[in-house]
Amino acid sequence: MTARLLVLVLLGFMTLPTLIVLVASFNPTEIMSFPPSGWSLRWYVNALTYPQFQRAALNSVIVTGASALVALPLGTAAALALGRGRVRRQALWTALLLSPLVIPGVAAGLGMLILAAALGLITSRGVLIVAHVIVVLPFVVRSVSVSVANLDPLLERAAASLGATPWRVFCRVTLPLLRPGLFAALVFALIVSINEFVISLFISTRVTEILPVAMFTYVVNYTDPTMAAVSVIFIGATLVAVLLADHYLNLSRVFQIEEREEA
Amino acid sequence: MSVVRLHGVSKRFGAVRALDDVDLTIEEGEFLSLLGPSGCGKTTTLNVLAGFVAPDHGRVLIDGTDVTDQPPYQRGLGVVFQSYALFPHMTVADNIAFGLRERRVPRGEIAARVAETLALVRLADVGDTRPAQLSGGMQQRVALARALVIRPRVLLLDEPLAALDRKLREQMRAELREIQRRVGITTVFVTHDQHEALGLSDRIAVMRAGRVEQLGRPRDIYERPATRFVADFIGASSVVEGVAVDGGTLELAGGVRLALRLPRAFSVGEGMQVLIRPERIELPSAGPDALAAKVVSVMYLGDHSEVRLEIPGGTRILATVRGEARVQAGDAVAVRLPPDAFLEVR
Repeated sequence: MTARLLVLVLLGFMTLPTLIVLVASFNPTEIMSFPPSGWSLRWYVNALTYPQFQRAALNSVIVTGASALVALPLGTAAALALGRGRVRRQALWTALLLSPLVIPGVAAGLGMLILAAALGLITSRGVLIVAHVIVVLPFVVRSVSVSVANLDPLLERAAASLGATPWRVFCRVTLPLLRPGLFAALVFALIVSINEFVISLFISTRVTEILPVAMFTYVVNYTDPTMAAVSVIFIGATLVAVLLADHYLNLSRVFQIEEREEA
Repeated sequence: MSVVRLHGVSKRFGAVRALDDVDLTIEEGEFLSLLGPSGCGKTTTLNVLAGFVAPDHGRVLIDGTDVTDQPPYQRGLGVVFQSYALFPHMTVADNIAFGLRERRVPRGEIAARVAETLALVRLADVGDTRPAQLSGGMQQRVALARALVIRPRVLLLDEPLAALDRKLREQMRAELREIQRRVGITTVFVTHDQHEALGLSDRIAVMRAGRVEQLGRPRDIYERPATRFVADFIGASSVVEGVAVDGGTLELAGGVRLALRLPRAFSVGEGMQVLIRPERIELPSAGPDALAAKVVSVMYLGDHSEVRLEIPGGTRILATVRGEARVQAGDAVAVRLPPDAFLEVR
């Protein structure tokens, strides 16, 4: 009984900010306030028609898509190399690959800014993509590593003995068996990248900035509930994406398989 | 001409000498076992043959062609692993078809050969299931079918029965021999189980510390072990050490004298080791040349019993008797060690 109560309190605590934002987004007044004094969709109209948000949303899609496209094969290669003990100084490499998790975003952002400035790439979207690749790489490596650890190397030997070249072994045995880890890695990469803010803030320009940065810039300059409306759209879109992924990629089954193999 | 030939093959893993100048030839259609304790190099020999491990020195020849530098996928050998290594993301039929697809065999022929091989291993109905849904014995047969369907030049079996429970293992042993005979395929079988090796093989190579200790037919290995290691490893036996007091008598510690009949004459004063198999010992014995012994322990094992004996001077000897032994621990018994039952070992 007390346990259930505790879970309910925790759930409430976790969802309360989202609920407040949701309610505040329908507030018709110019100032964000709670409780709301009425109901209106004007801030949703404003959010969707504000040009800078449209541009930032497109930037977000490009940066997140590109970074996932780069990080997935890179992280998979790293996980395979590390998992198979084909690398010297394995602990060092693992620590390096996972270090973005523990380096403060402000420090990383400042570093990227100085580097980008020195290279004269400060206005390039490429810098953002590189930064996002670095940030999502630990999640990709971690997810794929679990599948690599579950992969019996004898399966690859068996395939080779049956006449499969190393490339064919990779395509027909290694890759299909890494699929659960690859799906998890993709979902993590997309979620982490689309939400990345601190580092992106340092290396964004008005032209290249992604949605979280645009939202921050807006909230610095205006106090109306447009921000709340954008947040609700953002949360809604993420939710829909996760549900779609769950439906089409069968995420829950993917994670179940991983657990069973570990048991 | 021999199908497989290993010539002076050596392999080190760090400081460990896994294979030390191994020479081995395997004849057409032969069933050869590599037998030995773990770490003796038997699996490394198989891995060198399959191409999974490159030897440091020496050559591997298949049908007279040097394949030492060929990768596994070009060698055309069938391998069955102890853990079966079936592809979990494919059906049984797709597992078996794997090697045929890699060889770009036409679709219709693949279906026919998969069905034919499934029938060979008596698994006609499970083609559409996943390996994980099958029992260990059935998975074992799928692994065998997958290796056989590509019509390999040589079949390599790495402890294929070790993961099965005892009853099933004995059944699969018989089935494996039958299938191998029917297909007539040259087979190399890695095992640490002497019964499997004795029961299945045309020849056995007993390995120890990276070397072939003895190579011969099962009966030769059992009845004429070349070394004490082989004698210890194959079947139970008791080793007796002593000094020759004349051309046909050995004196043990404690002054006990044993009459021996060995193929060679031995000189007086020579230190010797001889072994005797437990089933050759006569217990109890009323013969004039019987020895007095004390029963140390008795173990009843159904069809036979094991009796551990101590003869004067402290030497312990293992004897087996059919059915139940009519003695118990602590009894004084008369036992006869027939002179022609002894073998000299190094």
